[in-house]
Amino acid sequence: MTTDQSTVSIRDHVAGPAGTTRLFAAGSADFGSHQAAFGPLPAMDRARLIDELLQSGLDGRGGAGFAAWQKLASVPADGRRPVVVANGAEGEPLSQKDAALLHNAPHLVIDGILIAGRSLGAKELHLFAGAEQLAPVARALKERGEVRIRLHEAPDTFISGEATAVVSAISGSLAVPGDRTKRLTNSGLNGRPTLVHNVETLAHLALISRFGPAWFRSVGTGSSPGSRLITLSGNTAGPRVYEIPTGVRLTEILVSTGVDLHSVRAALVGGYHGTWLAVDQLDARFSKEGLAPVGARTGAGIIMTLGSGSCGLAATADILAYLAGQSARQCGPCINGLPAIASVFARLAYGDTNGKLPQEISRLAALVTGRGSCAHPDGTARLALSALAAFASDVDAHLRGRCEVLR
Amino acid sequence: MTERKVTMHIDWTRCDGRGLCVELLPELLTRDDWGYPVGRGGSEIAIPQNLEYAAQDAAALCPTQALRLHK
Amino acid sequence: MNSVFDQALWAVGRGSGVVAIVLLTLSVLLGIGGRSGRAVFGMPRFAVTLVHRNVSLFSLLFVVVHVVSLFLDPFAQLRLVDFFIPFLGAFKPFWLGLGTIAFDLLVVVTITALLRNRIGPRMFKAVHWLVYAMWPVSVLHAIGNGTNGREPWFLVLAVFCVMAVGGAIAWRLHEDFVEYRNVRRQETR
Ligand code: HEM
Ligand code: SF4
Repeated sequence: MTTDQSTVSIRDHVAGPAGTTRLFAAGSADFGSHQAAFGPLPAMDRARLIDELLQSGLDGRGGAGFAAWQKLASVPADGRRPVVVANGAEGEPLSQKDAALLHNAPHLVIDGILIAGRSLGAKELHLFAGAEQLAPVARALKERGEVRIRLHEAPDTFISGEATAVVSAISGSLAVPGDRTKRLTNSGLNGRPTLVHNVETLAHLALISRFGPAWFRSVGTGSSPGSRLITLSGNTAGPRVYEIPTGVRLTEILVSTGVDLHSVRAALVGGYHGTWLAVDQLDARFSKEGLAPVGARTGAGIIMTLGSGSCGLAATADILAYLAGQSARQCGPCINGLPAIASVFARLAYGDTNGKLPQEISRLAALVTGRGSCAHPDGTARLALSALAAFASDVDAHLRGRCEVLR
Repeated sequence: MTERKVTMHIDWTRCDGRGLCVELLPELLTRDDWGYPVGRGGSEIAIPQNLEYAAQDAAALCPTQALRLHK
Repeated sequence: MNSVFDQALWAVGRGSGVVAIVLLTLSVLLGIGGRSGRAVFGMPRFAVTLVHRNVSLFSLLFVVVHVVSLFLDPFAQLRLVDFFIPFLGAFKPFWLGLGTIAFDLLVVVTITALLRNRIGPRMFKAVHWLVYAMWPVSVLHAIGNGTNGREPWFLVLAVFCVMAVGGAIAWRLHEDFVEYRNVRRQETR
């Protein structure tokens, strides 16, 4: 969160950035600053890259949190030349970190694509992101005379960043998820093995290739090492992006970014597909292991606080209505189930005192879970259920015709 | 002999909730509020050996070709 | 030529044609019934689909008997090319041409239907909708080309078939055609 100006010398001649400011260590988006801060592109072969990623413990930063080395290793080395896709489509309205990264450190993402592509002997390199984010990337590519990476504009929809939707969009179809029985790493874009990595994951990959796993692990916790980007938003400030060491307590993150904990009623962790945590759960650490006991996940690194003057049920009802509207309208249980959840939840939030409502929300949430081609129904159900748990006493109040916050 | 596990995959982008599969596999499937098939496993329904033929019929007869069996 | 044999061929040709029309009509009714997603005609849904397929295959069988017997019949003056290219016939070329079109469509529809797991649902569906053109064309062919096409008993049969299919299509176009339509947010396709 603060930039430590001193540097420790690791491997070769260029030193890795010390402190937590890593991805943004160049300070400026131009190629000169980038090279000065990070040095030249390292050479990496497939086996060594996989090994270094394995040792570093880097996990995917797009939301699913799949180990980065594993995805790379599951690209078959069977002679078919694979495709590498950098995914910067941030459909999630609460997330801004990929946009921040592409605007402030496009060269690091480009490095990551090139290193992954070279090590796999890739045939094609692609980057998929919203129109506003493509501009700085295009500028950066031009600056370094790089022509192999093809840019694709992501539509402004919630599910456009889902991996199969990304591949579908690049192939010229709609950016909607597809049915999947095979892994993309085995059969993706035009049937080729396809590695889809989030842009932040690729930026970390570019740093690990240069400075090594030990350097990467010098911040963060043992089980989830390194730094990560988060987007913090909520009652005190609009969305802001920070680079933090993983495994810091949520309360520390909030306090160090100037949030008054007394003004916070709860926090939504992991985004719209995430989990509400009540105030007393906020001392959990922001990492896979730290959040597991409270039933949450880091997702794409999203934390949204709910002010003590806001009703969590109303906030959830509004998000559920949005999510229902963002269904790709392909799968029956999603098309029908999400609006049903949203409407029952809205009744609970906005004055209906029928005691069966919470039970009905739980029933519908269980009904849609696992029954879509992507995780949209599951994520929506998770949000609804977590709200019932985190705001349990307010649910009771609502059923008695009151609200703990309003009135 | 290693045990082979047959599962039936439901492609939700194709399924139109016509209910043929539920008729053929009443032991495993029911219909949800909107007519779509519900079974344990969500999109990957485990098929016990005695129901393999019924599952094959369901996959062959599904009018929208939403079902696939794999081992 | 043996005239008894000729007459037998002629009878088989006409008879199989009439049976084919009836089976094609049944097939359309079963197809629409199946599309509704409901258990129609007192059968479970999977049986509707199976019977639809089998009736369709029988209708093709009768159509094949129909054209082969007429091909062998010198009076009908059919040539091989008339099976595939319409309006070249020597005898009543227009009405015969309609028969050719219906035959070709039926062959294409049947082949794509049997191969639907290979060609995928989109292609299958697009081709299958040709039946809504094929069926009326085949009925017109039967009325216009047939020697008994204007006999009362056949016209009664034809009117019966037209009413049944017309009614089924009207139902097909009705809002509540598909089962669960009233509780679903959107007709998926
Ligand atoms: C082997 C031959 C055939 C097979 C396997 C077959 C199969 C099918 C299937 C699976 C459907 C259901 C599509 C859906 O529900 O979405 C269908 C619909 C239908 N079929 Fe066939 N069919 C065959 C031949 C025919 C023939 C020869 C006709 C016409 C005489 C016909 C008329 C129809 C009609 C009218 C529909 C309803 C289409 C709609 O309105 O969506 N079929 N068929
Ligand atoms: S038979 Fe096919 S379309 Fe029908 S409910 Fe089952 S999976 Fe869905």
